[in-house]
Amino acid sequence: MLKIKNLHAKVEGLKILKGINLEINPGEIHAIMGPNGSGKSTLSSVIAGKEEYEVTRGEINFEGEDLTEFDAEERAHKGVFLSFQYPVEIPGVSVTNFMRAVINANRKAKGMQDMPANEMLKLIRDKSELLEIDRKFLSRSLNEGFSGGEKKRNEIFQMAMLEPKLAILDETDSGLDIDALRIVANGVNKLRRPDNATLVITHYQRLLDYIIPDFVHVMVDGKIVKSGTKELAKELEVKGYDWLKEEVSAS
Amino acid sequence: MELKDKLLSSFLAFEEQVNMHSEVHDIRSRAIKDFDDLGFPSKKQEAWKYTSLNKILKHDYTVFPKKEDAIDYRDVEKYFIDDIDTYKIVFVDGIYSSHLSATTHEKIDACLMSSAMNSPKYKAVIDNYFNKVAPKESLTSLNTAFSREGAYINIPKNTMADKPIQVVNFSTGNEAALLVQPRNLIVVGENSHVQIIERHQSLSDNPVLTNSVTEIFADKRAVVDYYKIQNDRKSASMVDNTFIEQHRESFCSVHTFSFGGNITRNNLNFYQKGERIDSTLKGITVIEGNQHVDHNTLVHHQEPNCESHQDYKGVFGENSTGVFNGKILVDKKAQKTNAFQSNNNILLDDKATINSKPQLEIFADDVKCSHGCTIGQLDEDALFYLRSRGIPAKEARALLMYAFANNVLESVKIPEIKRKINKIIANKLGVSIGFNL
Repeated sequence: MLKIKNLHAKVEGLKILKGINLEINPGEIHAIMGPNGSGKSTLSSVIAGKEEYEVTRGEINFEGEDLTEFDAEERAHKGVFLSFQYPVEIPGVSVTNFMRAVINANRKAKGMQDMPANEMLKLIRDKSELLEIDRKFLSRSLNEGFSGGEKKRNEIFQMAMLEPKLAILDETDSGLDIDALRIVANGVNKLRRPDNATLVITHYQRLLDYIIPDFVHVMVDGKIVKSGTKELAKELEVKGYDWLKEEVSAS
Repeated sequence: MELKDKLLSSFLAFEEQVNMHSEVHDIRSRAIKDFDDLGFPSKKQEAWKYTSLNKILKHDYTVFPKKEDAIDYRDVEKYFIDDIDTYKIVFVDGIYSSHLSATTHEKIDACLMSSAMNSPKYKAVIDNYFNKVAPKESLTSLNTAFSREGAYINIPKNTMADKPIQVVNFSTGNEAALLVQPRNLIVVGENSHVQIIERHQSLSDNPVLTNSVTEIFADKRAVVDYYKIQNDRKSASMVDNTFIEQHRESFCSVHTFSFGGNITRNNLNFYQKGERIDSTLKGITVIEGNQHVDHNTLVHHQEPNCESHQDYKGVFGENSTGVFNGKILVDKKAQKTNAFQSNNNILLDDKATINSKPQLEIFADDVKCSHGCTIGQLDEDALFYLRSRGIPAKEARALLMYAFANNVLESVKIPEIKRKINKIIANKLGVSIGFNL
């Protein structure tokens, strides 16, 4: 599904990604771990199409097409979804109306008519139940004054509404208490299907107790330096990242 | 000939045309002298520092246009709020158009200034209210001197106007350049209620200058909601002078939606003459190109326990310029005043400009007054967030601008106006997504 080859990217002249290789197949969950500043969030923004990041070399192949040729919205239409580490507050737009605009924009891109209002309401109701979202929450302004947990739950709610092929969860566990973490992870697991894939980006192993990855990659200084199974995450939890940093600088 | 000289000499011809009772004649004669003394406003005056009329005063304006009666309602329907039943007072090139209008004399008067000024039946109202709140000031005096036509609305006490009233001024472009000076008088009695929608629309690209004066009197416990829709062609300029005198426990709101026009100056003045009055001034401005919109507001708190709420939002693209000059004056007597003012702006381009100037003069010591002003840009992170969800860039930008201005629409009491404004904004931003946010 996703094949990243020798990806280099920079922002404001600074090289952040220095040759990423990553392959994700349908049905798989991959986790990328790594110390702060290693480029994990940059990788997620680059895949989603943030314009400030310039791809200088390599490619991001998604189902046979090079994603770097497309704008952020076109990547969304192709089924790429990014759950933001810091979801943006947009006062004046309610969650429901935002979802309506999003769903219809995606339908329009596929040449479909707007979703009928009753169908939309039912979809919103079903998906908000999955994330244990209160009805009142849906009429609030998007992310405005939301707690950390509410913001992340809202991200996964959007993911549930859009049913992307590839979901990238950027530090979704940060700012979550244990109950919110369980709800969010439960949502992600329920959305799992043989034909979609998830890339979990995290600093800590904690989230991976709930969303069990098939593969774990460690990123240091803009490169993936080690790949393994979920056991690698446990090892990192015990040993930290320093030993890997030393390995990298020694080689 | 300079426009000022042309106007002064036109006044003599004007006086010959109108046969009015002596009080109004005296008022007009004094007003033309005042205009002669004061002349047009210049940038040297503090209140006109950021708005120059020089460019638009150069045209050779026709002051007395010919009557035009050939406009078909279907061609101009879109300029009305046409999905609800309303009274309509419509003028074409400053002259009343009976076939486009729907006036009334039942329960309320929604009719013409010219007939109110000429009929003995209305003499008492004209004597009591005409030119009583409009001050001596250059453009207002000029309007007073030539005052002849406009909307006359009188709601007797304990009366709820059964429909909103639309006051629409069209200009045809039959003249190479046209100066129109509508003069509106609105008197709302005790416990009465009225909603008014005002619009000015040019139908050609010939230059038009509108110098409009509206006087509004809200008696005890009256409720007046006034909506100004400014979406004229880029060839049309306007100076709107609105003066509102409020009495005890009355509620008045004015919403000004400015999207069109070349130069638009809104002088909006509230005078609070009793206790427990509430005044609301709100505006949304979305302009681009070389457009210029200036909101010059005054709220004069003269009595205790009153409130005023001001909230103006502006989005400025390309080379456009905005001005917000909001003055709150609290007299020593006006204790326990609550006065709020907020002006938020987004500049979309490097060359767009906003001059925002709050001006608070407070002589009472037990008041709550606040003002806030922000100038910023569209949030790039928010834009990426929306696009990453599949909303195209243009729509995402429009959505953010809409969200920014949205709370001003919340206080609009007529849903059809909200829909109209949404539609104008969507058209203006070139997007087709339905904003029902």
